[in-house]
Amino acid sequence: MDRLLLIAATLCFLTSFGYTLYALGAGRFRLGRLNFVAILAGFAFQSAFLYLRGKAEGSCPLNSLFDVLIFQSWSLVLTYLIVGPAYRLSLLGAFSAPIALMLMLIALIAPIDQDIVRRPGINPWVETHAALSIIAYGAFGLSSVAGIMYLIQERQLKSRKASSLLYHLPPINDLAAAIGRLMGFGLILLTISFAAGFISQMPVNTVKFWASAAIWVTYGAMVVMNRVHSLAPRRLAELSIAVFAVALITLPGIQYLSSRP
Amino acid sequence: MNILCAGLNHQSAPLEIREKFAVGSHGIEEALCAVRRIDGLAGAVILSTCNRVEFYAAGLCPVRAFDSLQVLLRDRSGVEAPLYFHDTPRSVRHLFRVASGLDSMVLGETEILGQVKKAYSTAAELGATSRHLNKLFQHAFRVAKHVRTETQITRGATSVGAVAVELAGKIFGDLAGRRVMILGAGETSERTARSLVSRGVKTVIVSNRTFDRAAKLAAEIGGLAIHFDHWQNAFADVDILICSTAAPHMVLNREKLAPMIRERAGRPLFVIDLAVPRDADPAINELDGVFLYDIDSLEGIVRQSLEVRRSEIIRCEQMIADHVGAFVSWLRHHHEFRG
Repeated sequence: MDRLLLIAATLCFLTSFGYTLYALGAGRFRLGRLNFVAILAGFAFQSAFLYLRGKAEGSCPLNSLFDVLIFQSWSLVLTYLIVGPAYRLSLLGAFSAPIALMLMLIALIAPIDQDIVRRPGINPWVETHAALSIIAYGAFGLSSVAGIMYLIQERQLKSRKASSLLYHLPPINDLAAAIGRLMGFGLILLTISFAAGFISQMPVNTVKFWASAAIWVTYGAMVVMNRVHSLAPRRLAELSIAVFAVALITLPGIQYLSSRP
Repeated sequence: MNILCAGLNHQSAPLEIREKFAVGSHGIEEALCAVRRIDGLAGAVILSTCNRVEFYAAGLCPVRAFDSLQVLLRDRSGVEAPLYFHDTPRSVRHLFRVASGLDSMVLGETEILGQVKKAYSTAAELGATSRHLNKLFQHAFRVAKHVRTETQITRGATSVGAVAVELAGKIFGDLAGRRVMILGAGETSERTARSLVSRGVKTVIVSNRTFDRAAKLAAEIGGLAIHFDHWQNAFADVDILICSTAAPHMVLNREKLAPMIRERAGRPLFVIDLAVPRDADPAINELDGVFLYDIDSLEGIVRQSLEVRRSEIIRCEQMIADHVGAFVSWLRHHHEFRG
């Protein structure tokens, strides 16, 4: 049942991504309800999976890399569903779906799914720390998606050719604002998550601690520099992609270390 | 029942003929009454715009109705009207094409749909429409929406000013509160500035070598005039710069602009260079946050938009043909039909 839910969610994201590619190929980059409904359905299947998994593990389902990838994909989609309509950035969904799909495919294909182990003695602060960290990563992921859209739109405008994408991507100013806000939102969540981690007094691996601190400091510096306008929007877009890519690549290592205090 | 259409448009008659048959808002009631008095007509709608004067009616005998309409128009204007006549299904197809912007002077323009809606609502309010005309026009509005949504017939802007406004929207989003500076008070720059003002830009600063001319233009568009030697002092707050000076050299180059850009706190700058020879060095487009469009690139986008629109005609015509088929089928099943 669990796996079927994941396959269904993956197919939903595949549908959304496939529809975007089809629309692009046909030169009609107009996203209809299908795209949003597919992402919403994928999110519902993911939520059902995480609920069942959490119930089986007796804790927030973040006990293996498999869990983390699915939670990460879920948090990315959750952030999109909250932020996308609010900022009228519906195209974020089209750009988020491939990343959510990639995370789901890795989780499904890679041999990382472990047997479910029910954890005794749950500490709510540890659960809060773990869940908020991943949701913060979701916000950072979405800021990198907005960064990709910014760079594409900038290229369209600089090339001085009116392609279909130019007309359908949001204004470059709105994208720059969205990158900054999403980063700020992610940073707030990550800060609360770290505070919860300190309160829980859980044992922390030194490498994991410094890796996490480095990510917090990097995002903190970017948010501050963006606020004081010492970072050009283009640089912010590039950094949002690069830093999230590094964070995502190092995620398996951090997850491995978190199981070894 | 037959749907009849008679009229003249920008393709069939020059302006001096069209204006003789134009029906203003004050004369529409009388004109509708006159058309409805024609024997065998069950309803009428008159569409009168700067590019067309068209009469739509539901009736049983097309030939007699057309003859009567011709006589009526000749009596009113004193000249023979070079009318085209269509009956079902060509009349239906014609209205669907008109509402979709396929019969417009600027292919795909959207203003016509509003004009068709107004013509219909006026006739409906005066009680001049019939069941078949109601159905026809409601269907025409649906067709226009369908064509617009599913094709790229309305894509892009088709004039330099409209392209500039569209690009400004793609850079800044909402234009309300934006500041525009005009360097060189030319006719095209004035038109472009007016287009931007109509979209809500807050301030227009005009700078020209001849200060009086700058002051005159500033007064006309509700802006502020400054001396040409001082334009760089007012530049920091500007979002859109329109250049159209007659200077033989570049007014704006990379060396001059780069330090000013650093002081803008990441705000983008949209430079519209309408001057020939150019005022802005093309190299400024490489600066972060600077988007430079010269007259060639703006006109290139206009051409590109028109090409995209033209390439969509076949798809639009196919969609319209399907809708015509559906409407004619309805007509056949809801009243006696002579096709």
